[in-house]
Amino acid sequence: MLSRTADNLYWLARYVERAEYLARILEATLRLTALPVAYVGSTNEWETAVATAGCCEAFSARYSEANEENVTDFLAFSADNPSSIRNCIEIARQNARAVRTALTTETWETINGAWLELKRFGNGVATREEFLRFLQWVQETSLRFDGSAYRTMLRNDVYWFSRLGLYIERADNTARILDVKYHMLLPDDEHVGGPLDYYQWAAILRTVSALTAYHWVYRESLKPWLIADLLILNAQMPRSLASCYENLVRFCDAIATAYGRQGPSQRHARAIRTRLQNSRMQEIFQSGLHEFIEEFVTDNNALGAAVSSQYLI
Amino acid sequence: MAAAFNEMREVDGRVRPVYAGLDRWLSDLAPDVLEHRRREAEFLFRRIGITFAVYGEAESTERLIPFDVLPRIISSSEWATLRAGLEQRVKALNLYIKDVYGRREILRAGIVPEDLVFQNPVFRPEMNGLRVPHDIYVHIAGIDIVRVDADTFYVLEDNARTPSGVSYMLENREIMMRLFPELFSRHRVAPVENYPDELLATLKSVAPKTASSDPTVALLTPGIYNSAYYEHSFLADRLGIELVEGRDVIVKGQIAYMRTTEGLKRIDVIYRRIDDDFLDPLAFRPDSALGVPGLMAVYQAGNLTLANAVGTGIADDKAVYSYMPEIVKFYLGEESILKNVPTWRCREPEHLSYVLDHLDDLVIKEVHGSGGYGMLIGPKADKATIAAFRAKLKSNPKNFIAQPTLALSTCPTCVEEGVAPRHVDLRPFVLCGRDKIRIVPGGLTRVALKRDSLVVNSSQGGGTKDTWVLDV
Repeated sequence: MLSRTADNLYWLARYVERAEYLARILEATLRLTALPVAYVGSTNEWETAVATAGCCEAFSARYSEANEENVTDFLAFSADNPSSIRNCIEIARQNARAVRTALTTETWETINGAWLELKRFGNGVATREEFLRFLQWVQETSLRFDGSAYRTMLRNDVYWFSRLGLYIERADNTARILDVKYHMLLPDDEHVGGPLDYYQWAAILRTVSALTAYHWVYRESLKPWLIADLLILNAQMPRSLASCYENLVRFCDAIATAYGRQGPSQRHARAIRTRLQNSRMQEIFQSGLHEFIEEFVTDNNALGAAVSSQYLI
Repeated sequence: MAAAFNEMREVDGRVRPVYAGLDRWLSDLAPDVLEHRRREAEFLFRRIGITFAVYGEAESTERLIPFDVLPRIISSSEWATLRAGLEQRVKALNLYIKDVYGRREILRAGIVPEDLVFQNPVFRPEMNGLRVPHDIYVHIAGIDIVRVDADTFYVLEDNARTPSGVSYMLENREIMMRLFPELFSRHRVAPVENYPDELLATLKSVAPKTASSDPTVALLTPGIYNSAYYEHSFLADRLGIELVEGRDVIVKGQIAYMRTTEGLKRIDVIYRRIDDDFLDPLAFRPDSALGVPGLMAVYQAGNLTLANAVGTGIADDKAVYSYMPEIVKFYLGEESILKNVPTWRCREPEHLSYVLDHLDDLVIKEVHGSGGYGMLIGPKADKATIAAFRAKLKSNPKNFIAQPTLALSTCPTCVEEGVAPRHVDLRPFVLCGRDKIRIVPGGLTRVALKRDSLVVNSSQGGGTKDTWVLDV
C-alpha cells in the first residue's frame, strides 16, 4: 500500500474518533450544567470541557471566559478551532476522499454522507434541543463509520492502519479525561460518596460511554477507584487503556505478519501493553495517578510517532 | 441550418424500431415516476460522490453533472460501423504520431504542413527518435462523435491526450440498472461493465520489455483538487491499482518507484491523468509540483510506459483534425470510415476568404482550444462579437478553423416541460494495446439540456445519459 494511503486511513479514523469524543464531552457537560450548583459544585464546567478536549491554549487565545455559548461554538462549529467537530468531520472527509479507492462503498458513504449532512447544521444551532440532536448525530456517524468498517472492509493493511488511528486516538482521549479529572478519582476519605462528586463521576463515565458498563462490571454504586480501574486496567471495557492496547498490539502484529517484518511500532505497543497488564490500581494510586497518566500520554504519542516513521512517510 | 435528426422519431412522428421498447415503456409509465427517479438518481450521485470541480468557482468546488434518466439508443448495426471506424481512426493516429517523431514521411510527402507540427506548442522535441514500448502512443482515446442524419456520423474531435468521462459511462449504467430494473428486463443491452478489465489488460500489454511478467501499473493523478479526481480514484479502484500523486513516486537509477508501507516498489506502466507540461519538472515546466522529477529520464531509458505517451497532442489538435482523412489514407491505404465535419482551414487563403464571407453561418474554433471555450457560434453571435472575431481571424488565421453549424441529432430527454428532444453527442473510448484494440459498446452520451443549445460540455450546462447498443 502507498504510505500516503496508510497515512490518510490512519488520520481518517483518528478524526472520526475525535469528533465522537468531543460530542460526548459536550453532552456530559450539558447534563452537568443542568443540575443545581449544590449538586455539582461551583466549578465552571465549560472550562473543564475545554480542558478535557485538550484545547485550552487555542481557546484562551480567543476568549477571556468560558461559557455555554462560546464553548459549544468553539468545540462544535468553529472553523478557527482545528479540532472542532466540524473540522474533524471536514478533515476526516478530506482524508477519505484522498483514499476513496481504499474504502468500501459503505464506509465512504458514511463519511461523505456525514459531510453533506454537516452543511445542514450550518454554522451552529439555534436551540439546545437541536444541539443535542446534533451531538447524537455525531456519535451515530462515528458508530456507523466503525460499524461499516468492521462489517465491510477486508482484513488487510487498509483496515489495520485505520484501526491503529482509531485506538491511538481513543487511548489518548481516555487518558486525557482521566488527566483532567484525576483529582476527583483519588481515594480521599473526605470526598468519597459526597453528592458533589457523584455527578462528576457519572459525567466521566458518560463521556466514555461506560456508565452502564460500570454497573455491569462492578455491581456497586460509583466509587472513584473503581472508575479509574475500569478506564485504565479493565480490558473488558472498550475504551479503557488496557483494551486499546490489546487492540493496538493485535493490529501492529497483523501488519508485521503480513509484511514479514517487526519494527519499533510492534515493540513499543507490546511494551505499553505489558506495563498495563502488570499494573495494579493500588500501586498506581501509590506512585501517583497523575504521573502514571502523564507517562502514558507520552508513551501513546511515541507509538503514534513510531507508526508514522515506520509506515506512513 | 437543417432540422436536427431525431433519433427516436421519423419526420412523420413514427417511432424508429430501436426506440420502440423505450417508447412503450414510457407510455405505460405513471406520471411523476420519471421525476421521482430523476431525484433519486441525483441523490445517489451525490451520495456516491460522483462530482467534478469547476475551475474558478471557489464557492462550490464540487458539483454534479446533471444526469438524464432516459437512455440514448444506438442499433447494433450502427455500432458495428462506428466500431470499425474508431479502430481505423485510432490505428491511424498511432501511426501518425510514430511517424512525426520518427521518419516524418507524411511531412516529407507534403500531406501535413510542417509548421503545423513544429510550431505547435504541444509538439515535444524530447520525443524525437524515441521508440516507445510497442510503438503505441495513444493507448486510450476518446473520439467525439456527432450524428447528423440516419447514415452520417461525424468525428467532431479526437482526444488523444488524457480523455475523461469514462467513469460517467460506467456509473450511469450502474445507476440506470438500480433505478429501472423493469426497463432492463425488457431490453438486452450490451454491457459496458467490463471496461476496467479491458483497460487493465491494455495497460499490462504495453509494459516495457524490462518489466517483470506481471507488470505493476499505477494511475498518476494531479490530486484531489483536479476536476476529474473522482474519475481517477474510481478507475484506480476498479482496476485494482494504486492511485499515486507525484510525491508518492521517486526515481532512482532510471527506475520509477512508489513509496509503500513495505518500502519502495517498482512501477512499470503509468496511466497518467496529468498533462505533459506537469509530468516532470526537470523536463518540462520547472514550477510543476504535481509531477515526478526524473520521470522522463526513466521513460527515455525504456524502463517505463506512459499511457498515453508524451507528445500525443500533435494528433488531436483541431488543425490536424482537418487532415485526418488524408492521414488515414496515407498510412492505411483506406478511405476513412468515419467522416470528418467539413472544415475550412483558415490558414489557407481561399478557405479564409470563404470563412470571412460567411462568419454568421459558421462555427469558428481556436485550433488549440477545448471545452467549448474561445469559439464563435456565428448564427447566435451579435454583430460586435462577430466583428471582434473577424479581427482575430485576420491577424492570426492559422489559429482558427471553421465548420458549418451542425444540426446535432436529438434524443428524448427529461426536462422541466416533460420529455422533449435535446441535442446529443457521443464519446466512445478506444483502448489500444499491443495485442488488439478494445472498445466497449457505446460510450458517454453528452446532452445539451437547454432547449436548442448545441453545447454539451459539462462545464457549460451539459448533462450525460446512459448509452445503449441494442439489437433491433
